[in-house]
Amino acid sequence: MTEFPHARRSAFQVLTGLFSLPPGARVGIGPVIAAAILVIIVLASVMAPLYVPYDPLAMNAMARLKPPSEEFLLGTDPYGRDTFSRVMTGGRVSLLIGVGAALVSVTVGLFIGLVAGFFRAADSVIMRIMDSLMAIPAILLAIALVALNGPSLGSVIIAITVPEIPRVVRLVRSVVLSAREEPYVEAAIALGSSMPKILIQHLMPNTLAPLIVQGTYICASAILIEAILSFLGAGVSTEIPTWGNIMAEGRTYFQIKPGLIFWPGLLLSLCILAINLLGDTARDLLDPRMKKREG
Amino acid sequence: MFVYILKRVLATIPVMLIVAIFVFLLLRLTPGDPAAILAGDAATPAQLDRIRERLGLNDPLLTQFFTWMGQLARGDLGVSLLSNTSVAGMVADRLGPTINIALMTIVISVALAVPMGVIAAWRHRTWVDFLVMSFSVLGFSVPVFVIGYILIQIFAIELRWVPVQGYKDPSEGFGAFFSRAILPSLTLATIYIALIARMTRASMLEVLGEDYIRTARAKGVRENVVLFRHALRNAAVPILTIIGTGFALLISGVVVTESVFNIPGIGRLTVDAILARDYPVIQAMILLTAGIYVFVNLLVDVSYSLFDPRIRY
Repeated sequence: MTEFPHARRSAFQVLTGLFSLPPGARVGIGPVIAAAILVIIVLASVMAPLYVPYDPLAMNAMARLKPPSEEFLLGTDPYGRDTFSRVMTGGRVSLLIGVGAALVSVTVGLFIGLVAGFFRAADSVIMRIMDSLMAIPAILLAIALVALNGPSLGSVIIAITVPEIPRVVRLVRSVVLSAREEPYVEAAIALGSSMPKILIQHLMPNTLAPLIVQGTYICASAILIEAILSFLGAGVSTEIPTWGNIMAEGRTYFQIKPGLIFWPGLLLSLCILAINLLGDTARDLLDPRMKKREG
Repeated sequence: MFVYILKRVLATIPVMLIVAIFVFLLLRLTPGDPAAILAGDAATPAQLDRIRERLGLNDPLLTQFFTWMGQLARGDLGVSLLSNTSVAGMVADRLGPTINIALMTIVISVALAVPMGVIAAWRHRTWVDFLVMSFSVLGFSVPVFVIGYILIQIFAIELRWVPVQGYKDPSEGFGAFFSRAILPSLTLATIYIALIARMTRASMLEVLGEDYIRTARAKGVRENVVLFRHALRNAAVPILTIIGTGFALLISGVVVTESVFNIPGIGRLTVDAILARDYPVIQAMILLTAGIYVFVNLLVDVSYSLFDPRIRY
């Protein structure tokens, strides 16, 4: 059987190949700062239980709505819980939701997109369904899903994932549609390769680069949507602190204690800013055509 | 042209039909007894029966669907489980504030974002470009409600220029309306401006490298005419597209903004209905918002030829 060097690379080789800089390309200082901020926020959130001074759930009636002090670094909330401990612990769940939603929507979207791109018969039906899903505002669909399925972590991730899937499907489908016209795919079909083999070995590697970029954007928007869901009262239940539900609880006390919205809001915005900037950088590196267009 | 419009209108029918099927199945396919989900944990068997009766949940699935579609075709959106009033009436009562705020947002966004994008592309790789791009990245990264609270803090609490919350209809005086609508509109506009400015810049950058731009400059056309008449018209199609697809963001944003500013619009109506699991209202609102989105994008598609005469149908 004829060997195609393109298809023989392992997934690891494909990945490392993606992120090796093309000759002459350089990464500015911006992405480096973004990466540093993101690493700091992720580490600080993941390791929060090791260093936060208080139990983020422990209420203290003697210390309600305290201003920032040496005892309470960022003050306390209306239940006397330490804001610093809550914000740092809350980051873990917010980030988990971001990564979880990105992984699930990319995986499901990849599968549906491959099928839609490769099988003509399924294509028009799948794409009409995706068009319809995209017509429903993401936030409305998400709160409806949470309201019907209950405010658990899993149901919030699913609620955020469902509206993102059509975007992934469209992306994967468009990549597959152009890749399947390539001579090496036609050759593989002519040589009688099995359908799964063509899909996985020849078509899937093409989708990797755009999916990585899309995945980072989904991760950022999932963190944002989690916050909005909590704000609207359809988020993760408040026994699990997240940046979103800390802000949601703080809204009643906004005029006396803006810090309850400000600090989680700041960390969340920094985090999303960093992820988006890294996504842009990855896109420029992975797709030179986009680079030219965006300048 | 007419045939094209007709085809586009017909193409929206399957999309809306699938949205309707999806909304219909959303409740019925949720694990558990639909009536129990809607009524909550503390419901008595009698209450459950009443809900089943009201929504026709005892009928076979297909019968339920066709009954509902039949009502929709007659313009009957159903009756709210909570207030017992017609959903169509509730929506009509709440539509005004939302439309006014949305229109104001679109005007502000387009008026600011398009010039921002044009200037950023014109002064590519200068501090102006950097500033516009920074704003547009920031606009995507800060939650809508945080922007709302920051604006309230600055303009309503510190400077006391406008009231903190609330809504007044334009019929009660334009000043009263404007002072209450400006902060929600700006809040909502932030992400829309970010989106449109970014697309305008990218699209303009592409066009500004074309030969006819060089020709126009060489024959001495004034720079603002080059930018806004020669370049912007050719860059218009992607900008229009993003205004259309960005409309989904606007609808989602309305929901949040109305909660922050306490505006009695359809966004608030929808959130309240979803949280109270008032299913007839939820169905109607998702269908309505999806319909608005599809309609706006239909308008955008049709308007391409106005901006770019090369596009003929």
